[in-house]
Amino acid sequence: MADRRLIVLGCSLAAAAALFLFWGLRGPTAYILELRLVKLAALLAVGASAGVATVLFQTISQNRILTPSIMGFDALFLLLQTGLVAGLGAAGASRISGLPGFALETAVMLGAALVLFTSLLSRTRHDIQLMVLAGVVLGVMFRTLTAFLQRLMEPSEFTMVEARMFAQFSGIDRSALMAGLGLMALAALWLVRHHRVLDVAALGRTPARSLGVGYDGLQLRVLCLIAALVSVATALVGPQAFLGLLVTSLAHSLMQSHRHALLLPAAALIGALILVAGQTVFERLLHLQSTLAVVIEFCGGLLFLVLLVRGKIR
Amino acid sequence: MIQVSNLSYGAAGNPILQNVIAEIPAGRVTALIGPNGAGKSTLLKLIARQLTAADGSIRMDGMDLAQAAPAQLARKMAVVAQHLSVASRVRVRDLIGFGRWPHSAGRLGPADHAAIDGAVELFDLGDLQQRFLDELSGGQRQRAFIAMAYAQDTDWLLLDEPLNNLDLHHARNLMAQLRHLAEEQGKGIVIVVHDLNYAISWADHVVALRDGQVAFQGPVSETATAERLSELYQTPVAITRLEGRVIAQYHR
Repeated sequence: MADRRLIVLGCSLAAAAALFLFWGLRGPTAYILELRLVKLAALLAVGASAGVATVLFQTISQNRILTPSIMGFDALFLLLQTGLVAGLGAAGASRISGLPGFALETAVMLGAALVLFTSLLSRTRHDIQLMVLAGVVLGVMFRTLTAFLQRLMEPSEFTMVEARMFAQFSGIDRSALMAGLGLMALAALWLVRHHRVLDVAALGRTPARSLGVGYDGLQLRVLCLIAALVSVATALVGPQAFLGLLVTSLAHSLMQSHRHALLLPAAALIGALILVAGQTVFERLLHLQSTLAVVIEFCGGLLFLVLLVRGKIR
Repeated sequence: MIQVSNLSYGAAGNPILQNVIAEIPAGRVTALIGPNGAGKSTLLKLIARQLTAADGSIRMDGMDLAQAAPAQLARKMAVVAQHLSVASRVRVRDLIGFGRWPHSAGRLGPADHAAIDGAVELFDLGDLQQRFLDELSGGQRQRAFIAMAYAQDTDWLLLDEPLNNLDLHHARNLMAQLRHLAEEQGKGIVIVVHDLNYAISWADHVVALRDGQVAFQGPVSETATAERLSELYQTPVAITRLEGRVIAQYHR
C-alpha cells in the first residue's frame, strides 16, 4: 500500500544519494567512496531522526509549531555532554567515548528528558502559550548553564566539548554512527507496530482516553523515543534548529493526512533528502564556502515562507 | 443504570460536588440541568472518568468505574466533550473511524465500515465525509464528533452541552436523534443542557444540580414543576401548556 508520494520521495532520495556519492569522483575511488558512504549514512540518520522526532513531538503536544528543539531537547543534550566532560575531566571523558560513551549519554538523556518533559507536558497541556514559554525558558536555561560550565573548564576540556558539540558532517564518529543506526532501527520497529495508536493520540488526551487508549503511558514511551532520536541527531552533527519544523511542515502539506503510517515515513524521507541534497550542493557547488546549516536555513526558510503565504501550513 | 453514590469532588480546595447521590436509568434520555457552576459538567466528566472523584463511587450497569479497564469502558460508553478541536488534519470520515478504535484497534474491517456508513447517514454527513475537520463550521464539527461517538457503538452516550453550537434546526434534529437512539436501540443517553425547554421536551429523566448537590431528580413528568424549577434557578419559571406540550416560560 505504498503511497505514490512516498515512492517519489524515495526515488528522489536515492537520486540525491547517488549524486552525492558519485559526483566528481576522482583519485583513489575506493577510499573516497568509503568516506562518502559514512557521511551519507550520517546524513540519512540525522535527517530521518530529526523528521520523525518532530512529528512525534507534535503528536503528543497536539500542536503543529512546536519542535523538540524549541522545547530545549537538544540544548539539554548539549548540557549533558558538557556536564559529563566537566564532571569526569578530559581524561575521564575520553575514556568513555565511542559506543559506551554514546550509550551512557543516551541513557542520561532519556532519564532527564522523561523527568522534565512529562511534568511539563502534563502541567501545561491545556495552555499552549504556557508550554511554549516554559520550553523556551528551559532551552535558554540549558544553554546558559552549558556556557557557564564551559567558562569554568580547563582549555583541554573545553576543546573536547567543542569537538563533541560541533561534530560537523565532515568528521563522523563511526561507532556513534553505528550505535545511532541501531537505536533508530529499534525506534522504527516500535513505530511499525504502534503507529495506529499515535493517530488516536493526536486527537488529544481526553478523546484518546475515552477511546480506551492508555494515553499517559503512551506519552511516556513516545517521549523516550523522541529523546533517543534527538540524541542521535545531536550526537552526530550538533543542534539543527530549523530542520524539524521545515520537515514536518513539508510532510504535512505533501501528505494531507493525519495518519502516522504516511506522515512518519514522509518526514523521515524529506529530512534525509534535505540533508543529502543540501550537503551535495554545499560540497560540490559551493565548494565548502558556507555551512550546511546556512544552506538549509536559507532554502528551508524560503520554502517555509512560500508555504505559509500560500496557506498550505495550518 | 448508572448509580452515583456519595460522590464528592473538589478542585484547588473548593468543593465542586458534595455527596451526590443519583440514579440514571438505562435506555432513557437523562438531562443534567442546573444553574451555571452547579457541577453538571463535572458530574458528567466524573462519569466519563475524565476526572477522578475524591470520594464516593460510580457504578455503570453494576460495573465499578474506578476498577474498570480503559479498553473495556470504551466499549461501554462514548463521550462527546464540550470543546472540540483537533490539531492534526483529519477528514470527517476518518474521525468517525476513530470511534471504531475500541473494536478494531485501527484495522477497519467490513463491520467497522458498515458502522461508519451508518453514523455518516444518521448524522447527515454524507456530503461532508471527505472534508477536513478544520474546514467545517462549529455545528458541523460537533455533528462529526457525535457521529464518532455513535460509531463507537456503546450502551451509553455522554454529551456535554451538545446544543451549544447548533441552530434551531440542528438542535432539534440532534435531540430527536438522541431520543430515537434511546427508544430504538436502547442506549442510555446523558446530556448536559442549558436550555430548559429542550430538556423538558425531549428528556425522560432529569437530575437537577445546585451548588454541587442534587436538588431533585426523577422523571420529567413529575419534576418539571414551576415551583421546583424556580427554586433551582432562583428565577421565576412559569410552566404552561401549549398544544399538549409542557413549556417553561422564563424569558421575561
